[in-house]
Amino acid sequence: MIRIVLPAHLRTLARVDGEVTIEVEGPVTQRSVLDALEASYPMLQGTLRDHVTLKRRPFVRFFACEEDLSHDSPDAPLPDAVASGKEPFLVVGAIAGG
Amino acid sequence: MSSVRVLVGTRKGAFVLTSDGKRDKWDVSGPHFAGWELYHLKGSPADPNRIYASQSSGWFGQQIQRSNDGGKTWEPVGNKFVYDGVPGTHQWYDGTPHPWEFKRVWHLEPSLKDPDTVYAGVEDAALFRSTDGGQTWQELSGLRGHGTGPHWQPGAGGLCLHTIILDPSESQRIFIAISAAGAFRTDDGGKTWKPINRGLRSVYIPDPTAEVGHCVHHIAMNPSRPKVLFMQKHWEVMRSDDAGNSWRDVSGNLPGDQVVHPDKDGSTRKFDLKGFGFVIDVHAHEPETIYVVPIKSDSHHFPPEGKLRVYRSRTGGNEWEPLSKGLPQSNCYVNVLRDAMAVDSLDKCGVYFGTTGGQVYASADAGDSWSPIVRDLPAVLSVEAQTLP
Repeated sequence: MIRIVLPAHLRTLARVDGEVTIEVEGPVTQRSVLDALEASYPMLQGTLRDHVTLKRRPFVRFFACEEDLSHDSPDAPLPDAVASGKEPFLVVGAIAGG
Repeated sequence: MSSVRVLVGTRKGAFVLTSDGKRDKWDVSGPHFAGWELYHLKGSPADPNRIYASQSSGWFGQQIQRSNDGGKTWEPVGNKFVYDGVPGTHQWYDGTPHPWEFKRVWHLEPSLKDPDTVYAGVEDAALFRSTDGGQTWQELSGLRGHGTGPHWQPGAGGLCLHTIILDPSESQRIFIAISAAGAFRTDDGGKTWKPINRGLRSVYIPDPTAEVGHCVHHIAMNPSRPKVLFMQKHWEVMRSDDAGNSWRDVSGNLPGDQVVHPDKDGSTRKFDLKGFGFVIDVHAHEPETIYVVPIKSDSHHFPPEGKLRVYRSRTGGNEWEPLSKGLPQSNCYVNVLRDAMAVDSLDKCGVYFGTTGGQVYASADAGDSWSPIVRDLPAVLSVEAQTLP
């Protein structure tokens, strides 16, 4: 079970409270986690990644285990603590705009 | 008794304002989608309880929301706007080629007959259509592909397709406008397009009478006379009596300003220009009665003399009267953006507009007097009015 924490606006959009939990088949990577998240919550398609290129949107960041994973390869394995459900995968709207 | 529903899009959410036909007491619902930018909401003429809303965010991109109960509840529908084929380039501000990139939906125009068909005008400028209630979107790429697309250049607000007008008498005819490319028309349902900018004169572009490149801010039509169009250009109010084939300046006695522009030889020239503004609309029952809100100039973007005045022409342009009863006449420095005025079809015609200061003003007597429905919303981006049975 993977735990995901979404920013407030996306929790509202997805109509969820608190953490989201999903199941991922195979390797636990940013790509597999986001694919599973979007499959469960289709309204999140396009909010985290571009529809076509699947690149992370510029003001969206990914954190886990106190590390910024935003610039990691989307196919790099996520930390074991995320894969085991001990730690959540954090989706963060970048602080910007002053 | 008839009633009115006013749909207001703001920088921080949507609001739904409702009243009975007297239009003197209003219920305010919202904010819907709090914290998101709502560039536009519009109801289906075929089913007024079907409303589409453009919800966007610099962080999380574009959403399209749909309501089937008049704005009480909403559901997100499709948000995948992908340009047809290889998108190519348009001109950037400095004249260099710049790839077409989707940013947001500026305007949603539901079909006149089918609640599940809706058009979306987007930035970077393109026209999309959905025929399944907003679930999926297809570009009408004949617009970008008709030939002048690579020469389009963004206005200060971006390269946005902000106006979509469906002709009620010719089902295959659509008018659209783009800042800062100009106006375009299709007569075959969106397959082929042509620029309709003859008669526009923009002294601030290299070729003032170019086929494209004009900063058209908004266009309005009275459905009873679909060949007559009124345009609020960057400067000047224009009129066409032949479905956009030609335009003439009807700014008349609107307020103006002296503008200095550099000439090709390095010298400067002064122009006395009139009628800068963003919104324009037409009375629901009097097709020669039109409304604009003049703004001091393109470098100020606030009302002349700090007085908020709607100008009305009952002669289809040229002769304008300021309407100020109930509007602030001192220290008012708001703007009224291009999609932020609407009319209802009650008798007398109601007129509504929203400001960047968060006020939504209503007139239940065709503009003779005004009162605020709400005063302190976030900056208003769009206003649409629905007349309900």
